[in-house]
Amino acid sequence: MPLFDIFFYLFAAAIVASAAVVCFSRNIVHAAFSLLFTFFGIAGIYVLLAADFLAISQVLIYVGGILVLIVFGVMLTNRVTNIDLRSALKSRIPALVICLALLCLLGSFLVEGHWMKFDQMPWSRSPWNKDAIEQATHAVQGTPREILDHQGSQGTAMALGTLLLTDYLLPFELVSVVLLVALIGAAMIARKETFLLAKHNRPEGSR
Amino acid sequence: MNYIPVGLTHFLVLSAVLLVLGIFTMLTRRNAIAVLMGIELILNAANINFVAFTRYGAINLGGQAIALFVIVMAACEAAVALAIVLNLFKRQGSINVRQADQLRD
Repeated sequence: MPLFDIFFYLFAAAIVASAAVVCFSRNIVHAAFSLLFTFFGIAGIYVLLAADFLAISQVLIYVGGILVLIVFGVMLTNRVTNIDLRSALKSRIPALVICLALLCLLGSFLVEGHWMKFDQMPWSRSPWNKDAIEQATHAVQGTPREILDHQGSQGTAMALGTLLLTDYLLPFELVSVVLLVALIGAAMIARKETFLLAKHNRPEGSR
Repeated sequence: MNYIPVGLTHFLVLSAVLLVLGIFTMLTRRNAIAVLMGIELILNAANINFVAFTRYGAINLGGQAIALFVIVMAACEAAVALAIVLNLFKRQGSINVRQADQLRD
C-alpha cells in the first residue's frame, strides 16, 4: 500500500471517528473538542489533495477562529453543558432512517458511478476550457506521488491569489463586504441589551 | 479482492459520510451550539468535494477558490450564530432550540 493511501485512510479514520463523537456524544464539551480533530483531519486531507494554502487557511480560520468561537459559546452557556440535550429516542429514529437512506443513496451513486473521461464530457469541445482539460488529463496520469510532485512543487498560493484578484474579483469583494457586515452585526447583536440599557439609564448631567 | 488505489471516489465517499453525520447532528441535537457544529461538518464535507474535484477534475483551481469563500462564509455564520445564541441564553436562560419559539420580548 503506498504512503499516500496509508495517510488517506489515517486521516479519514480520524475524521469519521471524531465526527461520530460530535454526533453522538452526550457532553457538549467533548463534542466541541473532538471537532478540533475533525478540522485537523480535514486540513490533512487538503494536504493530500495538494491544496497547501487551503490547508493552512483551514487550520488558521477553522481551528483558530471558528472553533474558538464555538468553545467560547459552550463555556459562556455553561449552565446547560452537562444536561443531555439530545432529542428523545422517538424522534431520533426518523432522523436515523433519513440519514441512512441518504448515505445509501450517495454511496450507491459514488461507488457504482462511472466518472466520465474528460474528453467525453459534453463541454470538452468548448474552446475556453481547453487549457483546463489538457492540464487535468495531464495531471491524472502517473502515480499519486508523481502527481503530488508535479502539482505540489510550486504551491497553490500564488495561482490562487492571481485567481482571486482576476476571475473571482467580484465574489472576493462581495465576501469581504459580507464579512465586515457580519462581524459588525454580530458585535451589535451580542451587546445590544447593555447598549440600550446604558442609553436608558444614563444620568442627565453626563451628556 | 484486488486493492483499489485511493482516488476521487474515496474522497467523495468520505465527504458523503461527513455530510450524513452533520445532517444527523443537526436533526437530533437540541443544543443550539451542537446544531452549529453540525452545520460546520456539512460545510466541511462540501469543501472536501470542491477540493477533490479541483484535484481530479477539470475545474483548474476554481474549486479551491470557492472552498476559500465557503470557509470565510462559515466564519461569518459562526460569528452571527454565536451572537444570537448568547443573546438567547441571556434572555431565556436556555439554548434549547425547541424552546426558542418566541419573537417578542
